[in-house]
Amino acid sequence: MINLWTSVGIWLGALSTLAIWSFLYKDNPFYKIAEQIFVGVSAAYWLVYTIYNILIPNLFSKLIADPKGNWVYYIPGVLGLMMVLRVIPKFEKASFYPLSLLIGTTAGISLLRFLKSDVLAQTTATMLNPFANANIAVMIGQIIIIIGTITGLIYFYFSKKHQGFVGVNARIGIIFLMISFGASFGYTVMARISLLIGRLQFLFGDWLHLIK
Amino acid sequence: MKFTFIDRRWIFLLILLGVGLPLIIPLGFKLEVSPDAQMVYDVIQSTNENRLVIVSFDYDPASKPELHPMGYAIIKHAIEKKHKVVCTALWPMGSQMADEIFHNLQKEMPELIYGENFINLGYKVGGMVTIQAMGKDMRNVYPKDASGKSIDDYPMLNNMKTIKDFAYVVSLSAGTPGLKDWIMVAKDKYGVSVLGGATAVSTPAFKPYVNDQKQLNGLLGGLKNAAEYEYLVGRKGTATAGMDAQSVAHLLIIAFIVLGNIAFFLNYKKVKE
Repeated sequence: MINLWTSVGIWLGALSTLAIWSFLYKDNPFYKIAEQIFVGVSAAYWLVYTIYNILIPNLFSKLIADPKGNWVYYIPGVLGLMMVLRVIPKFEKASFYPLSLLIGTTAGISLLRFLKSDVLAQTTATMLNPFANANIAVMIGQIIIIIGTITGLIYFYFSKKHQGFVGVNARIGIIFLMISFGASFGYTVMARISLLIGRLQFLFGDWLHLIK
Repeated sequence: MKFTFIDRRWIFLLILLGVGLPLIIPLGFKLEVSPDAQMVYDVIQSTNENRLVIVSFDYDPASKPELHPMGYAIIKHAIEKKHKVVCTALWPMGSQMADEIFHNLQKEMPELIYGENFINLGYKVGGMVTIQAMGKDMRNVYPKDASGKSIDDYPMLNNMKTIKDFAYVVSLSAGTPGLKDWIMVAKDKYGVSVLGGATAVSTPAFKPYVNDQKQLNGLLGGLKNAAEYEYLVGRKGTATAGMDAQSVAHLLIIAFIVLGNIAFFLNYKKVKE
């Protein structure tokens, strides 16, 4: 037996879904109400979530439990406060310091990881000997990877006019790019339809009980 | 040509019917397992019993239709193989996603017991930095589970020191932070096998990591791979139920693209003449 509050939740979810979908017909007050409720509830949810799941366990509880031993937590606390000062125009510049620290450390950490994973490992993964494979399908696949990578890179080489040898390879490169865009579009269609399926499974299943 | 001026609302209606009707009246289209799903299955299948494994819930309800079925099927498989599943979350609402799967899966798997072969360590802010910290001292990153109880109270975590103590990591990822961070740190820095479950939108971006370097040991992309994984573990879930609708919708969209192009070229020819 579904309890009352679960039923209320299901009905609210179902009516909100229909209200949002009504925009597909044309703009209307039901859509606008649902949109505004979504924005308001999201903002409130994230505010409360941030306080209870990030600030309290990671900062406040540690400073309250042992203010001297955990003195190091005052530093992010002060930096966080400086960031909030952004809302007061007079002290706006105080937020630049924590922001620059954040950008600098993020760039530093990410640079090494991206260099290793996206440059070195990916380059190594294209250094293949396709003819070492007994399987013809794998061999063809690896040849396509090599040609696609090289011609794709040539397409993005702008220091020489795309004519002659470079032009031919750049054109092959753009064919590979077009195929990859097509694949991405196909995956995007699949993703959007999946979301529609998820909503309809909720409406037909949890709400209308037409499906198990 | 009249066709090019068709009201788009007819297309919306056709898509709604194309997706809705197969959900109510299943058509039973055949499903074949792709090498992608098989790769993920093989890694989990070949991992020894009693090994600690991470399933990271890096998504929120917006991506639930695609990633939740993967979570069910993968955790079911891992529990059947007697792995000790440790759930983490790089997205704030990921922790609730893990809880929901645990409570629903427990109804069909009595052997799934919280604290013995499953634990939810909850959400941690920080993304890549958090994973790096896991490589140094996991117990320091997660001193408590999601319910606030000390991890020292759970014997299943006695051998957990760093991320290297885990046989594999599965990241169910809807964006950043997520799968890419696990690849960059867990795999490329600490050498832990990483498996991915990604939304269909982000799948093309992760495909290049399934390579000779084994940056990704397997990747499930979108609802189709989720349905394939359900098939592999013998659990007909929401992904399998949705595949008929997905196929009909794809056929409809292909038909729209073909008709749209025919109409465009006929119109183009007319204007040229």
